[in-house]
Amino acid sequence: MITTTDLTKVYHSRGREVTALDGVNLHVRPGEVFGVIGQSGAGKSTLIRCVNLLERPTSGTVTVDGTDLTALAGRGKRAGRPLREARTRIGMIFQHFNLLSARTVQGNIELPLEILGLTRRERARKALDLLDLVGLADKARAYPTQLSGGQKQRVGIARALAGDPKVLLSDEATSALDPETTRSVLQLLRDLNRQLGLTVLLITHEMDVVKTVCDSAALMRDGRIVESGVVSDLLATPGSTLAAELFPLTGTAGTGRTLVDITFHGGSAGRPVISQLARDHDIDVSILGAAMDTVGDAQVGRMRIELPGRPEDNDRALAFLRAQGLTVEIPGAAATPGVALSKEGA
Amino acid sequence: MGWDQMRPLLEQGTIDTLYMVGWSTLIAALGGLPLGILLVLTDRGGLLANTVVNKVLGAVVNVGRSLPFIIMMVALIPFTRWVVGTAFGPTAAIVPLAIGAIPFFARLVETSVREVDHGLVEAAQAMGGGTWTVVLKVLLPQSLASLVAGLTTTVIALIGYSAMAGAVGGGGLGTLALTYGHQRFETDFMYIILAVIVVIVTIVQLLGDGVVRLLTRRKRTG
Ligand SMILES: Nc1ncnc2c1ncn2[C@@H]1O[C@H](COP(=O)(O)OP(=O)(O)O)[C@@H](O)[C@H]1O
Ligand SMILES: [Mg+2]
Repeated sequence: MITTTDLTKVYHSRGREVTALDGVNLHVRPGEVFGVIGQSGAGKSTLIRCVNLLERPTSGTVTVDGTDLTALAGRGKRAGRPLREARTRIGMIFQHFNLLSARTVQGNIELPLEILGLTRRERARKALDLLDLVGLADKARAYPTQLSGGQKQRVGIARALAGDPKVLLSDEATSALDPETTRSVLQLLRDLNRQLGLTVLLITHEMDVVKTVCDSAALMRDGRIVESGVVSDLLATPGSTLAAELFPLTGTAGTGRTLVDITFHGGSAGRPVISQLARDHDIDVSILGAAMDTVGDAQVGRMRIELPGRPEDNDRALAFLRAQGLTVEIPGAAATPGVALSKEGA
Repeated sequence: MGWDQMRPLLEQGTIDTLYMVGWSTLIAALGGLPLGILLVLTDRGGLLANTVVNKVLGAVVNVGRSLPFIIMMVALIPFTRWVVGTAFGPTAAIVPLAIGAIPFFARLVETSVREVDHGLVEAAQAMGGGTWTVVLKVLLPQSLASLVAGLTTTVIALIGYSAMAGAVGGGGLGTLALTYGHQRFETDFMYIILAVIVVIVTIVQLLGDGVVRLLTRRKRTG
C-alpha cells in the first residue's frame, strides 16, 4: 500500500548538509498498522512527510496505493493538481493536532470537503457522520480551544478521514497526550483500521504505541531502517533490538551462574514451561525479571532467568527450552547475526 | 470667534478628514493586504518561495516606510497632479496618504500572517489544498483578529498624517488647526479642533478593539 525505494533526503541548512533519510526502503501492506519507531532526530518525521510529499525527497520513489507520487510531483517546487488530488486520498494526523482555532469542530472537518468541492449540504452531512464515527457527535459546534487533547485528536482523525482515504499517516499523534488518552486514541485507530480496512503508517518514539496497535514495525536510526518486520516475527528473532526494547529486561548474573533471556510468543505463553524445567531437570531457576503483554492479539513476553552453573553446564536445559518453541538468548554471549544487523546504522 | 462661526468650520473639517482617511484606508488595505501576504509567501520556505521577488518587495516596502511622510507628500506632488488633476485639497491628499500607508499596513499584515502556526498550513497542504486554499481558508481567517488590530493602527496613523497633509493645503481638521490656531492665534478654536481629533482617534481605537475582542472571544468561548 505504501512503498518507498531508496528514499534519501538531504537538508542543506546554513552550508551544512544533514542526511535525514539515507536510503529507506519501506513496505507497508494493505490493511496493516505499521509503526516506525526511533529516537528523536532519527528521521521519522522526514520519512512520513516524504510519503505525501510535504517534503520532497532528494532521491528515491514513493508509491501509495499503486500511484508513484514522486512522478506525479514533477520537478517544480509547488504541488501541482495531480499531487494535490492524490493527497486528498491520504489522511494525516499530527502531534499538535493542527486544528483551525477560527473554525468550529464541524468547520474543521468540512475544510477538506471544501477542497474536494462538496456542496454545503453534503459537507455538513459527511462531517456529522465522521464526528459520530469518532464519538464526538455532540461537539460539532464547539471550538477547538474548548476541547481536551484527546478530543482534539479525534477531530483531527475525523478530518483526516473526510476524503475516504485508504491510508492514514500519523506523526506522533499521541505524543502530546497522557497515557489514558493515548490508549483510547490508539484504540480508535485500531478500530478504524479494522472497520474501514484503513492502512495506518504511524511514527512514534514510544515503544508502548508499537506494542498496543502495530502489526508491523520498523526501527529507525540515523536515517536508516535497521530492523523491520511483523512484530511477532521480530519477537522471535534472536538479538532483535526491537524485541529487546519492547520488553526490556534487567538483572545481572552472579559469578558462575548463567543468565537466560526467554521470549514467549504465540502458544508457548500459556504453558508452565519454567516449572517444567525446574521439575524435569531438577534445577533451581530464579526469575530475575519478566515483561508480558498482548501484542496484536497474541500473548507475548520476555523473561530473564538465572540458572546455576556456567552456560556450558546448561546445554540440556537450554535445549529443553528451545524445544518448547521459545526464543532463547544468553545475554552477553557472542553477538548473533541479528545484533550485528541492528548495529549497522550506529 | 463664537461657536456659530466654529461649528460649520468644524463640521466641514471633520467631514474632509473622514473623507481623506476613509479612502486612503480603503486603498491601503487593498494594496497592503496582498503585499503583506506576498512578503510571507515569497520568503524562504514559503509556499511561493522566490528570493528575488521577496527582496524587491521588501526593499520597496522599506523605502516607503522610511521616507518621512511630509517629504513623500512633496515628492509625490507631480504624481498626485497626474492622478487627480490637482495637488491641492482633500482629494489630492488621498494619494500620498494611501501610498504612504500601503507599506505601513503591508508590514503589519506580514507580521500577523507570519504568526499563523505553520502546522496549519501543512495540514491544509496534506488535505490537498493549494496556495489559494492556504491563503483564503487558513492564513486570512486565522490572522483576522490581528489584521483588524493592524488596520486600526493604520487608520489612526492616517488620521495623524492627514493632519500633516493640512500643512500643504490638504484640508480637513489639520488645515483648520494650522490656519486658525497658528496663523490667526485662535488658540481656543485650536484646542477644540485638537479635542475633536482626539475623540475621533478614541472612537476608532474603541471600535477596532471591540471587533478584535469579538473575533477572539468567538474562538475561546464559542
Ligand atoms: N527542515 C529541515 N532543515 C534542516 N534539517 C532538518 C529539517 N527537518 C529535519 N532536519 C534534520 O533531519 C534529521 C531528522 O529529523 P526528523 O525527521 O524530524 O527526526 P525525528 O522525527 O525522528 O525526530 C534531524 O537531524 C533534523 O535536525
Ligand atoms: Mg519527529
